[in-house]
Amino acid sequence: MSDTPAAPAASVESRILTLLVGVAPDIDPQSVRPELDFRDQFDFDSMDLFNFAAALHQSFGIDIPERDYRQLAGLAKCAAYLRQKVPADLLSGAARSA
Amino acid sequence: MPSLGADMEAGTLVEWRVQPGSRVHRGDVVALVETEKGIIDIESFEEGVIKVLSVQPGTRVPVGTPLALFEGEPAAKTIGDARVVAEAAPPLPTAPPAPAVPVSVGAEPSARSAPVTKPTVGRARRVSPAARARAAAAGVDLAAVQGTGPQGVITLQDVERAAATTSRGGAPPTSAGRAGIRNAIAASMSRAKREIPHYYLQLAMDFHAAASWLEAFNQTRPVPERVLTSVLLIKAAARAAAEKPGFNGYFGPAGFEPATSVHLGVAIALRGGGLVAPAILDANQKPITTIMRELQDLVGRVRAGHMRSTEIGSATLTVTSLGDEGADAVYPIIYPPQVAIVGFGSVLERPWVVEGRVEARPVLNLTLAADHRVTDGRQGAQFLARIRDWLSRPGDL
Repeated sequence: MSDTPAAPAASVESRILTLLVGVAPDIDPQSVRPELDFRDQFDFDSMDLFNFAAALHQSFGIDIPERDYRQLAGLAKCAAYLRQKVPADLLSGAARSA
Repeated sequence: MPSLGADMEAGTLVEWRVQPGSRVHRGDVVALVETEKGIIDIESFEEGVIKVLSVQPGTRVPVGTPLALFEGEPAAKTIGDARVVAEAAPPLPTAPPAPAVPVSVGAEPSARSAPVTKPTVGRARRVSPAARARAAAAGVDLAAVQGTGPQGVITLQDVERAAATTSRGGAPPTSAGRAGIRNAIAASMSRAKREIPHYYLQLAMDFHAAASWLEAFNQTRPVPERVLTSVLLIKAAARAAAEKPGFNGYFGPAGFEPATSVHLGVAIALRGGGLVAPAILDANQKPITTIMRELQDLVGRVRAGHMRSTEIGSATLTVTSLGDEGADAVYPIIYPPQVAIVGFGSVLERPWVVEGRVEARPVLNLTLAADHRVTDGRQGAQFLARIRDWLSRPGDL
């Protein structure tokens, strides 16, 4: 649906970062290293991961089985997971199916 | 001034949230108090009307000092009286309303005289640890700060004033808050190791039943309504504690006093170091979905620096859980004046004998540190076995 296919690719990461900061306000989004797990970089625990999964679920409108939580545990992984699960036209965050 | 921990002797009233004439209900936040653990919301245990606010913001007063006069349903009461706090949750069972001074660390000034707000004269300058850390972080020269605490002690608030920082209370833990928390842990754990004759037990269990039960439970639920493994652990420990009173209560001047409720303290780690262990009240009676919601709320508030007085001073037993991918087992230290602490290691795949054959199973190590003045290893083993039994029948939790 989007006329500019280049834009959404960048914005998935920024949407993830916004949700991450919502879950853990003490994280500076500038400092997130995409290749690292949140656990290693920010002492993310199971409650943080739970809250993060719930935020992704709400924002992207997808179900996330518990066994997939590990795939959410870092910025690069999480973005790859969402690109695989979320229809491309919804990734940019402009719209969300109910 | 309520006691918000075994080692607390005094606290600083930071802010009133009520005024004379205010009507308060149970659970309303009436004031903010600064302790080494951070700024705590003080809740009312009674319904009634505030008559007089006896303590001014910025004043440090000993535990037991009445903070306000309060006209309640039965009779006039005082907020902050140790007796009133004790009705909901006895932090120190027989603490008299005057400075109790149990066997104390001696690091705090013994604030016996009425609080004064004049600078020290001819005395060594005393600075609270939190204030010192904050001053360092904010670049405040302590020599230029006037202390308003007892005997002219420079409090965190004095430093904050000097730093002209107006934000208060709601900020995430700062480096100063961290230092305060580290001091609180040091004081509490040192006292535990000095006074409590700990004994330790460990019990490994096959966690397969609990793990698969929880997986099935969560599969039917949308993401936000799922329950974490730690919630099962909390509930199992709370139910076992209700059955084995020797592990749930306080060791006070008169010896062990079992608690009638199970207020389960949960050790919550702060990002970057430090931990606090606020309580989930009546954890043995709450459904796991309720415990999950409360834990979620608690973790969020602890990390944002918003604990409540009922949570911070009331735990009758504490649990600590290492979570995912941690170590096999934890050997924790009891939080005085409690008499036991239960540790849960990480659930890790390990060889396990099932019907005579070795299989790979998720294994959980339960540990117990308990007070030998109250119980023996035999009772401790029974307590751990009860926790295991509950976790083996998760559907009954």
